[in-house]
Amino acid sequence: MSESEKWKKINKSVKERPKVQEYKNWKELSPIPISLPIDGNMGITGDWRTFRPIIKEGCNKCGICWMYCPEGVIKRKEDGSFEIDLRYCKGCGICAKECPTKNIEMIRESDIKDD
Amino acid sequence: MTEVQKDFVQKRESIIIKGNVAAAYAAKSARVQVISAYPITPQTTVVEKLSEFVDNGLMPGTQYIKMESEHSVFAAVVGASKAGTRTFTATSGQGIFYAHEMIHWAAGARLPIVVAIASRGPAPPWNIWADFTDVISQRDTGWMSCFCAEHQEIYDEILMSYKVCEDYDILLPKFVSYGGFILSHTSKPVILEDQDLVDTFLPPLPGEEGWPHIWIDPKRPMMFGNLIMPSSFYYEFRLKIHDANIRAKEKIKNVAKEFEKIFGRNYGNGLIQEYKMDNADIGVIIYGDLALQMEQAVDDLRDEGYKVGMVKLRHFRPFPTEDIIEAAKKVKVLGVIDRATAFGCQTGGPVSCEVKAALHETKGTATILPIINGLGGREVSLEQQKNQLIKLVKYNETGELPKDMIHGTLWDGLLEVE
Repeated sequence: MSESEKWKKINKSVKERPKVQEYKNWKELSPIPISLPIDGNMGITGDWRTFRPIIKEGCNKCGICWMYCPEGVIKRKEDGSFEIDLRYCKGCGICAKECPTKNIEMIRESDIKDD
Repeated sequence: MTEVQKDFVQKRESIIIKGNVAAAYAAKSARVQVISAYPITPQTTVVEKLSEFVDNGLMPGTQYIKMESEHSVFAAVVGASKAGTRTFTATSGQGIFYAHEMIHWAAGARLPIVVAIASRGPAPPWNIWADFTDVISQRDTGWMSCFCAEHQEIYDEILMSYKVCEDYDILLPKFVSYGGFILSHTSKPVILEDQDLVDTFLPPLPGEEGWPHIWIDPKRPMMFGNLIMPSSFYYEFRLKIHDANIRAKEKIKNVAKEFEKIFGRNYGNGLIQEYKMDNADIGVIIYGDLALQMEQAVDDLRDEGYKVGMVKLRHFRPFPTEDIIEAAKKVKVLGVIDRATAFGCQTGGPVSCEVKAALHETKGTATILPIINGLGGREVSLEQQKNQLIKLVKYNETGELPKDMIHGTLWDGLLEVE
């Protein structure tokens, strides 16, 4: 496959795009380095956390926490409720601060026993 | 050229325009989508004309961005090109120097931007006249660069450049330079090609998906320009820029051939253009507008019985090493005439230094005599050029260097006040 064909293909197909790390030598490289989004490139940043946000009963599913989360780790489930991806949540507490119904509580990690 | 092509050329109409206007018309013919501009003498009328085209609705769909400096101009074309558009701008001298950071960026990002340069001498002392030091000073940025000798060539070369730059196997930006005022502000007939013909010659404009290697699209997020550690591929990506430059030589030759086939105008092999080099004893390598006048000098001396010829250097990057070696094998003495400076190098002239390097360790090539003339727009007359050729002839006959050599180079046309 010529260089141009290869890159045309990569441009179109998300799945077929190689990651830079997979290249063996300079000839296989794309013309420029690009980064494609993957989960947690910096590792599991959730272990930086001191306080854990817990969504309590009575959430009205307004989505304010989802919108404010600077890390994008709050996911909307199919029933419209939210869950927090604790693998990457750094525990900043912005969601708890912004929650209009005060339904998110920040609890010190050392106080949580069931882990 | 075939008979058919000759008929074809004569049928077309030409208009009398300035070199800068020819550059503007080329951008229009290429259907550029984004123009970013900041005026600088002697480039100003390029962007003036383009703003006129855009304002009069002659370039529908083209975005014209006024910027506050050349650095921003290049930043804007880099951004626009990343988003997948055909971009154009023009600048000169100090403007290029100011944009230098973004010039490196464009080549590193492998963006096919074409930029017209109305070359002028670098300051100080302040100078706005023809001198190619400005564009040649961008030698190591990874950009391709070429010189035009006449008005028609400016129009044609910009079209050819888009075809070379946008090839997915090349993907490099390019400077198309011509002497400030000498070409930029003088008028000559230029054939403006039929839009349909230009459309068939050029690759189609980039579509929604942009270039194959870089794009801005919220549906396909990607990040570009991030840090690469020394242990990762930075070194290899730099090699790829050089590799693309070298591979571009073949592409430039093919595009020049295709251009001749469609439009009927010949530019040698694209990289160099020889003039009466066969059976010549003496040759010169020359570039830019002075090459056109040198053709006349060669003709005149041929009439007087001297076997002289010339090579017009069209591309400086990629440098046509192989073609220069072949040309240098045809003659005994080869003068290399620069209208630019490379202070402190072997010869003081950037092209003569480069030619010497190209011929190093190649047997059977001509002796090189570096010549510098016409700096900062200093007039170089036909008589002076004929004299340069005579000096080369004498050097060949007697083996004695001209008397007025300075540090191994003939600085021709220095003022002497009595």
